[in-house]
Amino acid sequence: MSEDRDGRTPTPPDGGRARRPSYGQVRRDRIDALATAGTVDDEPGVSLIRSAWKRLRRNPIFLLGAAITLAFIVLAIISPWIAPWDVTARPLLDQVRPQTNPVPGPEPGHLLGGDDRGRDLFSRLLVGSRQTLIVGVFATLFGLAGGITLGTVAGAIGGWVDSLVMRIVDVMLSVPSLLLAFTIASLARSPSQWTLIVAIAVIQVPIFARLLRGSMLAQRGSDHVLAARSLGVRPRAIVFRHMLPNSLGPVIVQATLSLAVAIIDAAALSFLGLGNPDQRQPEWGQMLGLAQKYISEAPHLAFYPAGCIIVVALGFTLMGESLREALDPKTRR
Amino acid sequence: MIRFVVRRLLQMCVVVLVLSMLVFAWLRSLPGGPVSAILGERQTPERRAALEAALGLDQPLPVQYLKFLERALQGNFGVSTKVLPGEDALQVFLDRLPATIELSFVAMVLAIALGIPLGYLAARRRGSVIDNGAVIFSLVGIAVPVFFTAFLLKYFFAVEWNLLPVSGRQSTGLDATRITGMFVLDGILTREWDAAWDAIKHLILPAVALATIPFAVIFRITRAAVLDVLDEDYVRTAEAKGLTTRVIRARHVLRNAMLPVVTTIGLQIGGLLAGAVLTETVFSFRGVGDALATAFRDKDYPVLQVLILAAAVIYVLVNLLVDIAYAVIDPRIRTR
Amino acid sequence: MSPRRTMATFTAAILAGAALAGCAESQRDDESGGGNGDDGTFVFGAAGAPEMFDPFYATDGETFRVTRQIFEGLVGIKPGTAEIVPELATDWEPNDDGTEWTFNLRDDVKFQDGTDFNAEAVCANFERMFDQNEAGQTAGEYWGYVMGSFKSDAANSLYQGCEAADDYQAVISISGPTSGFPTMLSLASLSMQSPTAMEEGDANGIAAEGEGFSFPDYADNPVGTGPFTFGDYDEANGTITLKRNDDYYGDKAGVSELVFRVIPDESTRRQELEAGSINGYDLPNPVDWAGLESDGNDVEIRDAFNILYLGFNLDGNNPELKDPKVRQALYHALNRDQLVQTQLPEGATVATQFMPDTVSGYNTDLEPYAYDPEEAKRLLSEAGAEGMELTFAYPTEVSRPYMPDPEKIYEALRTDLEAVGVKVNVKTASWNGGYLDNVTAGRYDAYILGWTGDYDSPFNFIGTFFGNLKENDFGTKGMPWGKQLADDLKSADAIVDEDERAAAFEKVNQQIMEDYLPGLPISHSPPALVVGPGVEGVEPSPLTAEEFDSVTVEGGQ
Repeated sequence: MSEDRDGRTPTPPDGGRARRPSYGQVRRDRIDALATAGTVDDEPGVSLIRSAWKRLRRNPIFLLGAAITLAFIVLAIISPWIAPWDVTARPLLDQVRPQTNPVPGPEPGHLLGGDDRGRDLFSRLLVGSRQTLIVGVFATLFGLAGGITLGTVAGAIGGWVDSLVMRIVDVMLSVPSLLLAFTIASLARSPSQWTLIVAIAVIQVPIFARLLRGSMLAQRGSDHVLAARSLGVRPRAIVFRHMLPNSLGPVIVQATLSLAVAIIDAAALSFLGLGNPDQRQPEWGQMLGLAQKYISEAPHLAFYPAGCIIVVALGFTLMGESLREALDPKTRR
Repeated sequence: MIRFVVRRLLQMCVVVLVLSMLVFAWLRSLPGGPVSAILGERQTPERRAALEAALGLDQPLPVQYLKFLERALQGNFGVSTKVLPGEDALQVFLDRLPATIELSFVAMVLAIALGIPLGYLAARRRGSVIDNGAVIFSLVGIAVPVFFTAFLLKYFFAVEWNLLPVSGRQSTGLDATRITGMFVLDGILTREWDAAWDAIKHLILPAVALATIPFAVIFRITRAAVLDVLDEDYVRTAEAKGLTTRVIRARHVLRNAMLPVVTTIGLQIGGLLAGAVLTETVFSFRGVGDALATAFRDKDYPVLQVLILAAAVIYVLVNLLVDIAYAVIDPRIRTR
Repeated sequence: MSPRRTMATFTAAILAGAALAGCAESQRDDESGGGNGDDGTFVFGAAGAPEMFDPFYATDGETFRVTRQIFEGLVGIKPGTAEIVPELATDWEPNDDGTEWTFNLRDDVKFQDGTDFNAEAVCANFERMFDQNEAGQTAGEYWGYVMGSFKSDAANSLYQGCEAADDYQAVISISGPTSGFPTMLSLASLSMQSPTAMEEGDANGIAAEGEGFSFPDYADNPVGTGPFTFGDYDEANGTITLKRNDDYYGDKAGVSELVFRVIPDESTRRQELEAGSINGYDLPNPVDWAGLESDGNDVEIRDAFNILYLGFNLDGNNPELKDPKVRQALYHALNRDQLVQTQLPEGATVATQFMPDTVSGYNTDLEPYAYDPEEAKRLLSEAGAEGMELTFAYPTEVSRPYMPDPEKIYEALRTDLEAVGVKVNVKTASWNGGYLDNVTAGRYDAYILGWTGDYDSPFNFIGTFFGNLKENDFGTKGMPWGKQLADDLKSADAIVDEDERAAAFEKVNQQIMEDYLPGLPISHSPPALVVGPGVEGVEPSPLTAEEFDSVTVEGGQ
């Protein structure tokens, strides 16, 4: 399940010696490690990014991930125009007979055949990329917005506000994430695309909050912030002009990884019956959920969307992981 | 040490109490409820009200909670409404637990047996084809949703190639003796070898499916930890002293790299419980996860409450054990 | 922990296990098959676990499927139909006003515990069902449903008393005639159980405990008169084993063991059947029918004894729906022929009224509303309701005999409605997760729902839908004709003469479809069950009440 996807190498700031082994702690440590990754004092930010990019260009894993991601995003944007059929049209309906021909096969004009309602499967798969991206992006954006707000407030103000916010964040981090998403999604009276997005966004909030706050703390003592402060720059300006932009690197890395998690979790929630039920908005997780009934007679109905989910999630993960490694000062030795 | 354990246990009580409140409130704010699960199409407002009154669901939430708490403190968690009507909810959990323990144990053993050697190998040959291949493989393991892995395994190994049973825990008609509820262990204890073998065959696919994610995590942690240790001064020193590679490997590298790995293994337990819900559903494997899914569908409040709280308690206890194991391995922890 | 120390711990654990093994004994039966002879085992894949084994307190089909093999009623059902036939009673006769029914009983029947079945046992059973404590009155749901009330409120109960006129003659009095009596005695819930066993197991000792009911010992140790006796329930493995009753008075069962194995997932049941580990299962997905047949299995299609309808909430917030013209327009908008052809299993038919054609009172003169989108648009604009909004819902996580796949049926209906300009507000909830609650609470303007008949009676269909004025899903209390309809139904139901009664119900059916239009009956769809190669003798029952005593399995298992 997804929460384990976060369980990567715990490398806390103190060098990984006295780790307190609790589940939330590992996730926290990981986020903290990422938070400090982009903000190394003795190296100006520009050259850091440049040197990271240099390494990335030669990294086959990154290139593979980036290629998949790029293709997916382009497809999601242009799919409604290149899809041969409207996703609600049922051109093959007359061929559908529940017993003899539940799922029409491929024929000229219908590359992958139809689905159980006589709609063009290929078109739905294409357009499904858009909904899948929308769910992933909006869930991550909402999570990011919530996380930035909480993290900035906590990191910038400090004191008891910081303690309170971080305590809440830590509790949220210690709950397995899919469980948290399930808990929230199941409360909806009528599931929809937005309940799905909100449920997945909520599990991203604590991650981004902790990331931002860690990054802020790391920069508070850094030379350029101290310099700005001694020059009399207003605190608000320091936060927005210096600290936030400098946290961007880790945030982008985390957002890339979060997109993969969001897409997989959306599929899992759809599988559990909490996805978007509206067929006018085809989405891969939803298509996979609906295909379960046809698993004996038409397994391809499940294989196509599942394959798409896996490839795209893999693309984001490969890219995010290599970005993280490139930004991590430890692996640059 | 004892004070540390006692403090953690007290903390656990507070956590469970707060959690019980949250779970109670959450369940009752879910749409639907046990009444419509029982009545089905025959439901009318009148019959609904009667059944709600009989089950005490018409009372204010705090009153319901206090009643629940009062009973729970006496060890009575209510009776199941739909999973196994009339049965004590705690008993339902205890009956299902051995199946899940058996499944998770085998899954974890698989994950460890594959993850640690592979992680070690990948770190030793960093940047090689083996390393890159293993890393991508582990990322694929993470990118494939568990239910789909389970589903694929079932489709190919059980249905298409007919090598292993499709679902369930044991074939019908074996007349196996039950002792612990862990069928493989039971078969071994009673020397009913056919029953044990049959149970093993039923275990393989769900265990492999469940093992994918802990495998990926353990592999990557081992790889990273070994890389870290290989870089440490004392390993270089040991090499400089002329110790053979095998000795370094055994005495220094593995032992020190095991620290984060042990932690991770403990932490995976929570994830295993969650993954078990999906795996057990796909394989109709009658464990806690299957009971949880059924209870959720039919809104069996008492069973849901017990299952969630028990999962929390197990989770906290396992972490406590990991902490203790940790303190034993690394004396520096104790002084903190 | 060093690897070596880990190994040591592990070895210690193994040794401890081995020591334990010394104490463990195999409890296997050495005499295989017991005294039953060995005619093989029939393994049936059930979708869910039975609630318990006392049918009186049970509410769901998975329980009744099991108890039906163990128990019999006074009145039985002719295999393959919904008609009632003599079972434990050989014949019955009402008095003139239909309030006293004399049942003559078989004199060669013994309960499985060896005690006699006689008129005394019959009356003991009825008194037991009638005399329930508070918890029992709520849990004894089917009795409450067909009889109206219990002993504590005897005045409102249909059942009034039972008397043993003779050793093998029981007289049951009821408060007034109804189309449902004595047909209702074929319900699995009202089966005859051994009074001795019930007393020993404190059968009525049900109590409310926390949020559930706790059941007495008897609920796990049922004793009936049927062709199978209860064996055991292996909860850990999800199997229920029944043994052949070798002292059964009729034809002995064809298999020596009947096993129900719980497999909640539909596609897994199919995979298990193909793997040969089960011999049959209920409600195969219509999509799989052809594939199952071509793999050598036998798909047994039952007669459709159900109805799927599009219901409206006439007492809700949608003012347009109150206009009969608008409802008529919506009926014309739906292409039910296409729906039935493309989305429902073979053998499904378009419905013309709220009951299947095998039930008395079915009006053969009624024609289905024609698919005519132009007419629909015209009617809508006439009523000034073009572009009306409709909150229309369907349930998820459920498959019923009348709707194998609610979502697909809904999609077809929604597409048709949108084609005539209705703005559909899509709503959904899971079956137990609020759908039924929302329907009964009137939170949707329109919804899909249906009904499978409990027994052969018109009132069991339209009476359930419209007979209770205050509380029905259609909100007929908000319509001027609502009370008239409820009253007509009740008076039709109380007619003693069968032909007169049927005529009265036919008239009500016509009024519902032509004047009232509270909802649109969509289809009757035949549910199926499937058995594997070598299985013979399954009689598909429209009531989904198969009895497996006639089943034989070639070669056994």
